[in-house]
Amino acid sequence: MASEQVKVIGAWASPFVMRPRVALNLKSIPYEFLEETFGSKSELLLKSNPVQKKIPVLLHGDKPVCESSIIVEYIDETWSTSGPSLLPSTPYDRAIARFWASYLDEKWFRSLRSILKAEGEEEKKAAIAQVEEENSFIEKAFIDCSKGKAFFNGEHIGYLDIAFGSFLGWLRATELLSGHKLVDEAKTPSLSKWAEQFCNDPAVKPVMPDTAKLAEFAKKIFAKPPA
Amino acid sequence: MAKKEESVKLLGFWISPFSRRVEMALKLKGVPYEYLEEELPKKTPLLLELNPVHKKVPVLVHNDKVLSESHLILEYIDQTWTNNPFLPQDPYEKAMARFWAKFVDEQILPAGFMPLVKPERGIEVAIQETRELIMFLEKEVTGKDFFGGKTIGFLDMVAGSMIPFCLARAWECMGIDMIPEERFPGLNRWIKKLNEVEIVRECIPPKEKHIERMNKIIEKAKSS
Repeated sequence: MASEQVKVIGAWASPFVMRPRVALNLKSIPYEFLEETFGSKSELLLKSNPVQKKIPVLLHGDKPVCESSIIVEYIDETWSTSGPSLLPSTPYDRAIARFWASYLDEKWFRSLRSILKAEGEEEKKAAIAQVEEENSFIEKAFIDCSKGKAFFNGEHIGYLDIAFGSFLGWLRATELLSGHKLVDEAKTPSLSKWAEQFCNDPAVKPVMPDTAKLAEFAKKIFAKPPA
Repeated sequence: MAKKEESVKLLGFWISPFSRRVEMALKLKGVPYEYLEEELPKKTPLLLELNPVHKKVPVLVHNDKVLSESHLILEYIDQTWTNNPFLPQDPYEKAMARFWAKFVDEQILPAGFMPLVKPERGIEVAIQETRELIMFLEKEVTGKDFFGGKTIGFLDMVAGSMIPFCLARAWECMGIDMIPEERFPGLNRWIKKLNEVEIVRECIPPKEKHIERMNKIIEKAKSS
């Protein structure tokens, strides 16, 4: 089962798609990346994820797995003997990692996008303040989870590192477009250091989108129609 | 499995399906717990202290460990008390159970309540869209007693607390027959089987009181 062919259906700009790719890289599992064209959905995608019609989808042999967080756990459990564990070892630490990953998806990323969608300075300032407040929670979570080590998961990149790390491209693009630093040495010293180490990891570098390219893409999708 | 000094507390709310499913899990594992009722929307200082991020129930306190978010709590329970496992062992089956559980809360719930209370494109469209989503679950349970197979599992607790013992009561208040037997024979059979399981029965909100409260919730939602 573990030796069957692996494919990932996704797109370069999606932080959610980045997650299974980093996980597979960490486990040294070769896979084929099937890039979706922006604005349309392939037949394979619609067939593999008829429920949500969304990326990423992992195809392991002929079995599709959907939802980025669920895919990362599946990768960890299926290739459990390849490379270090992506999830912490105790049930409580696992629950905490999942809690924060869920928080990032449900609250934080939405807050980040609000900065890009903001109309006018007042709205932008409020959106920035919201993200900065949430970043302070995540900074504290990092200190609690990492227990003095380099990553949320300890010595090695894990589930929560992947969850937040996949958003770094969008974070940097948002900083570029808004002209405001959100994660830096002054405001979030631990996260700032962690971000650098995460981005430099060989499993991450090949799949981290270029900030300038992402900023251009963001401008396009958040473009306001002419008044 | 439980040691003498172990303490398990659950902050819950009697009509919350998220809270009820945690009770099902604890009962399935035979874990004794102290239940603390939150009379929502009022929130006790304890709830705010234990769950400052989301300020929601359920919250499980196991000795000094505090956990929130029902799916996470369920997984924690399954891994901490290893008797009567309710998540599949196989990674793919587990991924599927997690996927469908997310689907219940993130897709069926939003479609199955507000769009029916305030149908922007007509009630028939809202019912149709909800049924289309529920049909995915019908396919998953057809040919089985429970989503978990012969005995109840993770998805049975998530979907059971949400659909027959929560949303179905709202649908009843609104006079909607959402999952008629001729269209959803698998789910109807599943609901009958669920009702035969003692620990599930113990976690069903009492009907009359529930319908009364549900009507108030619907009224409030209409005027929001």
